[in-house]
Amino acid sequence: MKFAVKKALSNGRARTGVLQVGGSSCPHPIETPALLLTTRKGLPLFISPDLLPSLPFPDSHLLQFSPLHFLDGISIKTISNIGGVHQMVGLREHIFAAVPRDSIVSLPEYDSTNRIGASFETPCGRRLIKPAEYMEMISSMKPDISVSLADEVPSWVSSKRNKASVDRTLRWLDDCISLNVTGRTLFGSIVGGSSEDQRRHCSEEVSRRNVSGFWIGGFGLGESMDERSALLTAITDVLPEDKPRQISGLELPEEVLQGVAAGIDLFDSTYIYHLTLGGFALIFSHEENKRKVSSYELSDIGNDDTKINLRATIYRKDASPIVDGCKCYTCQNHTKAYINHLFNVHEMLAQTLLEIHNTHHYLGFFRSIREAIKDGKFEQFRKSFVGSRRAAAAASLGAMSCIRI
Amino acid sequence: MALRFEVLGRFNHARAAQLTLPHFVCQTPLFMPVGTQGTIKGLTTSQLEEIGCQIILGNTYHLALRPTSELIDELGGLHKFMNWPRALLTDSGGFQMVSLLHLADITEKGVTFQSPVDGKPMLLTPEQSIQIQNRIGADIIMALDDVVKTTITGPRIEEAMYRTLRWIDRCIAAHKRPHEQNLFGIVQGGLDPVLRDICLKGLVERNLPGYAIGGLAGGEDKDSFWRVVAQCTAALPEDKPRYVMGVGYPLDIVVCSALGADMYDCVYPTRTARFGAALVPEGVLKLKHQAMSSDVRPIDPTCECMVCKNYTRAYIHCLVTKDAMGSQLLSFHNLHYMMKLSRHLHSSIVEGRFPEFVCDFLQKMFPKGDVPEWVCNAMEVAGIDISSCCAPFFSSQDKMKEEVFPINVTA
Ligand SMILES: [Zn+2]
Ligand SMILES: [Zn+2]
Repeated sequence: MKFAVKKALSNGRARTGVLQVGGSSCPHPIETPALLLTTRKGLPLFISPDLLPSLPFPDSHLLQFSPLHFLDGISIKTISNIGGVHQMVGLREHIFAAVPRDSIVSLPEYDSTNRIGASFETPCGRRLIKPAEYMEMISSMKPDISVSLADEVPSWVSSKRNKASVDRTLRWLDDCISLNVTGRTLFGSIVGGSSEDQRRHCSEEVSRRNVSGFWIGGFGLGESMDERSALLTAITDVLPEDKPRQISGLELPEEVLQGVAAGIDLFDSTYIYHLTLGGFALIFSHEENKRKVSSYELSDIGNDDTKINLRATIYRKDASPIVDGCKCYTCQNHTKAYINHLFNVHEMLAQTLLEIHNTHHYLGFFRSIREAIKDGKFEQFRKSFVGSRRAAAAASLGAMSCIRI
Repeated sequence: MALRFEVLGRFNHARAAQLTLPHFVCQTPLFMPVGTQGTIKGLTTSQLEEIGCQIILGNTYHLALRPTSELIDELGGLHKFMNWPRALLTDSGGFQMVSLLHLADITEKGVTFQSPVDGKPMLLTPEQSIQIQNRIGADIIMALDDVVKTTITGPRIEEAMYRTLRWIDRCIAAHKRPHEQNLFGIVQGGLDPVLRDICLKGLVERNLPGYAIGGLAGGEDKDSFWRVVAQCTAALPEDKPRYVMGVGYPLDIVVCSALGADMYDCVYPTRTARFGAALVPEGVLKLKHQAMSSDVRPIDPTCECMVCKNYTRAYIHCLVTKDAMGSQLLSFHNLHYMMKLSRHLHSSIVEGRFPEFVCDFLQKMFPKGDVPEWVCNAMEVAGIDISSCCAPFFSSQDKMKEEVFPINVTA
């Protein structure tokens, strides 16, 4: 794996970079900040592999999965016989990052985690995973990037428990490094809960080890957005500039922007999953944002809304696409009225079409972020985006209460 | 009449034809997947085109409830609504009412049923069924018939058959778009050859664009089933398409095609996918089976579909019945299998090697030569010599194959 950082001037910690993984099998470098598409068992939830090429290229080629998804149904020996995760899911040119936790069905269960292994709530019940088992999964699945096993704790645990989580995570990292005999690209996990000192300490320790990049865990587990910025910068200030930084648990656009501002490079797409299941389609215009930002019209930006609920009866007769001019498969081929009908009659194509649009749209958001950084206008971009979202949220308060905004 | 039916090749009763409909030029024999609510199991319309689907079936009863035929009409018809450029067929809605609703009651006026929305009594007349189907706008629409269970006997069958004949005239009179939509009549009459004959004669007199054989695939024995099909195909005009409703299994389609039928529809390929079963030349492969968890072969090594090109049985095994993607991928493969079967029926008839195709099909499905008797009887009437695949043979190799390949032949 190769990673090069191009830091644009006057952007604070925000940075763009180029990630090149897998050598010749993946000839297409991925620009960061980037979105890793969250998968279930290596495939997006509802988009079948033949529909993936309709998504932006190569942006959509970064996938994230949890090896724990395969605890049930297929043995690691069989996965090894098939040739690893790329062969198994038929996506040979995609980049796979293995992260034990996925924020959807494989959740850290800190109460049951002990010194011998990390506990997770998985589709096949609560499971305790030891570093040796985990690395065995990694060596048969052969992902391009794997993240070391971590003891993630929520923000409210005692400082004693938090310290234990840091100690364990570092010890497991050493185990993972020594078990990584085939030399696969390994990202070291950073924890430390809501203690800046522990975060700094953990980051320093992980940086000292032989890792190709960093994975930041323990976010999205009860901390507030306000306390998060200081924690993130405590981490990234310590980390070397030349290695990629991945995070889990930051979902919303504002959270992504907060992470980018702190110098994070890689994010997951759990947000899209929640939107899609709820029937929500992203409609905010990043092109519009960009135009307005470049002309410095920061006060008045964008539309009055950022997403719409396609289950709503107002779309029953709406023969227009989700977003006029959107280049995604869904908007090129289908109307809001049809998707509204599919939701009404509980047909799976509703989720398929919505996941395509939302993924396309969110990848576009990441592209806008990269362009803003390159143009040296990231802070303006962030401010205007967050400002317009707040205005929209205030305007639609009460109308939509079923999802975090 | 808004269709053209040109027979391109024959083998005895079997025929391969080109059916030109307002939205698509189809090749028969053909299987029509069922897209009840204007969609098929998570598959996009581009995927359905790629699979080779020619006609998709929509259910009038369901579409009339949601999103309603008025809305579909307002948005430019079902083709536009679901963005399907090829052909569509809608049923009359009557069958769904009788099979889904306990309180449906049939009188001379029409089918009375309790509204699933507000519980009020409602009436579907032949005129209304046609009006709704005119709004939906499918290439082929079906006459409202008096549906009775195939297992029922006695005077009710006779009443239903005569009523179906009386209703066809009301359907014809109500049909407002005869130049854009083809109204098919449905032959009823249960398992009684005399009643079927009266119905056949009555319908043929009306000179409809096409004919369906109804009242089958409802649990009747297979011998009665094929005899009704044989009687109907023999009496229906040569130059019109013949559609066997609710059929079916690959074996049934091969037999009916040998007897001279052209079109089929069934929920089976997609429904069985949801339960984790894949259609293969040998029969049915149950992906839920534990033996699949370490099987690194594709579902069907002879299949060139996207799923078989990319996935092992082991991976599909870990998806089926747990993840939405499992039934999406299996539906893709199963529909691909049905379309390939349709294409092979067509080409083997055109190329004059239909008997070879049938024998090959039967040999794979019944490697021990135990072809069911009803199939042998039907093939004899169809004039297809299948003696080569009925000869019982048994080798240790077959026995082994059966152990590693747990299949359940649907016959
Ligand atoms: Zn779109
Ligand atoms: Zn296949």
